[in-house]
Amino acid sequence: MRRRPLSLAVPLVVAASLVLAACGGGSGDSASDEAATDTTPAGATIDPAECAKGKTLKADVLTVATGNPAYSPWVVDDKPESKEGFEAAVAYAVAAQLGLGDDQVEWVRTNFDEAIQPGAKNFDFNLQQFTITEERKANVSFSDPYYSTNQAIVGLADSKAKGVTSVADLKGLKFGAQAGTTSLEYITKVIQPTAEPFAYDDNAGAKAALEAGQVDAIVFDLPTALYVSGVEIEGSSVLGQFPLTDQVAADNFGLVFDLDNPLVECVNAALANMKSDGSLDELTLKYLSTDAEIPVIQVG
Amino acid sequence: MAVADGRRAAWEREKRRRSIAVAAASSLVVVAAIVALVPRMPRWDRVRASFFDGAQFRDSLPRLIDAFWLDVRIFLWCTPAIVALALLVAMARNSRSAALFPLRVISVAYTDVMRGVPIILWIYLIGFGVPGLGIARPWNSPLLWGSVAMVLTYSAYVAEVFRAGIESVHESQRAAARSLGLSHWQSMRHVVLPQAVRRVVPPLMNDMVSLQKDVALVSLIGPIEILRQAGVDKAKFANFTPYIAAAIVFLCVTIPLTRLTDWMIDRERRRTQGTRIG
Repeated sequence: MRRRPLSLAVPLVVAASLVLAACGGGSGDSASDEAATDTTPAGATIDPAECAKGKTLKADVLTVATGNPAYSPWVVDDKPESKEGFEAAVAYAVAAQLGLGDDQVEWVRTNFDEAIQPGAKNFDFNLQQFTITEERKANVSFSDPYYSTNQAIVGLADSKAKGVTSVADLKGLKFGAQAGTTSLEYITKVIQPTAEPFAYDDNAGAKAALEAGQVDAIVFDLPTALYVSGVEIEGSSVLGQFPLTDQVAADNFGLVFDLDNPLVECVNAALANMKSDGSLDELTLKYLSTDAEIPVIQVG
Repeated sequence: MAVADGRRAAWEREKRRRSIAVAAASSLVVVAAIVALVPRMPRWDRVRASFFDGAQFRDSLPRLIDAFWLDVRIFLWCTPAIVALALLVAMARNSRSAALFPLRVISVAYTDVMRGVPIILWIYLIGFGVPGLGIARPWNSPLLWGSVAMVLTYSAYVAEVFRAGIESVHESQRAAARSLGLSHWQSMRHVVLPQAVRRVVPPLMNDMVSLQKDVALVSLIGPIEILRQAGVDKAKFANFTPYIAAAIVFLCVTIPLTRLTDWMIDRERRRTQGTRIG
């Protein structure tokens, strides 16, 4: 009757040895894409169209991934094919730089996890406001930034965060953000409220929590904050934005590629051209107007 | 069980020793095959970096264990509430008086509806909906109402377990109790329930094991517990290793718990069914 020790031991031994086998050995030998992400030169030195030949997933087709659903103002009405919305327009502009026409752009949908999973990717690049961070570079490759932003807070009309001018006055408030975003990190690293922040899967959860009075304010990147407050959460407004400081770098959005994809340098050349000829700025102005007068909250 | 001595005990020891040896050897072969074959797959390096990054594991683990306390706390305050409510529902369903017919209808409807609707919906509905009615802090806490949702849904499952236990007690037990002059509730309290509860402890433990994992669903409405923390770390590092770390933390609790359940089932079987045939 005394079989218990064995039945306990076997699964534990199996599990432990698998984990040890997997974790052991060289970890962290893949920091080799430093060159891909430096500050931007004025105009590219290589021809992006020439560079991209034969490097796309499908010959003469650029496969671009966006979110499911994709949100305004990044993609208008969840229809990237319409070229409307900042990221949709950027994708088509990059394609043009790579020598591909509008009909040679194909869209696929992925969520964040599909973009970072280790298997083969079903897209050439993925753009859905991925912030470029050193940590993430170990597992995916990023292009140079195509947009830089800062963080902002959204609250209802009676929010305790209303009229606040300094981060010190935010400490006692309850914050929320979308899980896994740099906004959530911003709360814990910079605002450092006394109460632990809440995290939500999507804007719908954040909105419900705001309406239920469970949080005083939600942190988003500024363009998303403007959109969410204007369209999605009735009665809310952007209560303040945080300036960029020495400790707080801008949120730089980059196109995400499979690790060490050779197409990265071609797309970087395309982005460099779009920056030097002013077309990227034009798109930014067109879709991401941040001219609303948002009060600045002093940090530190 | 018969008293084993001498040759028989030696024979049993030998048999046990051999079966341990065989089990260990076959496990070793399986593990060796996996360890030898998987790394030969073409993108194994990428998978290993994404799921089994040692440095990432060590970095995340303390944060995850910290966050796990929230799971443990939710579990600890939900469990007694679930058992109490489930017992009430099961007894209501087992009431026999004609006047209590509405109570039976309500308890049947309760178990049907609570079990039929996905738990995620209850968590959203109660966790966001009730506080949304205008309750002030701190009574609108998602932790509080998320826990209420867990208690309400799990009580429905556990009530059915209790009901099965109550119905498994033979009618003659009730008859004997009533003939001794005990009232319906007295015979329930002193005769039926003690037997019923003892019988259903193993299946109850099963529900507890699954509750222990399901409390993570409360994170849908805000609180950052271990699975959410793992998701946050995953996004920060674009690496899935934190989920592996979280899984190991969970296993450290669920494996002993399931073993305990197995042992209790075994004990119950021995108690009620006599010696097991080898």
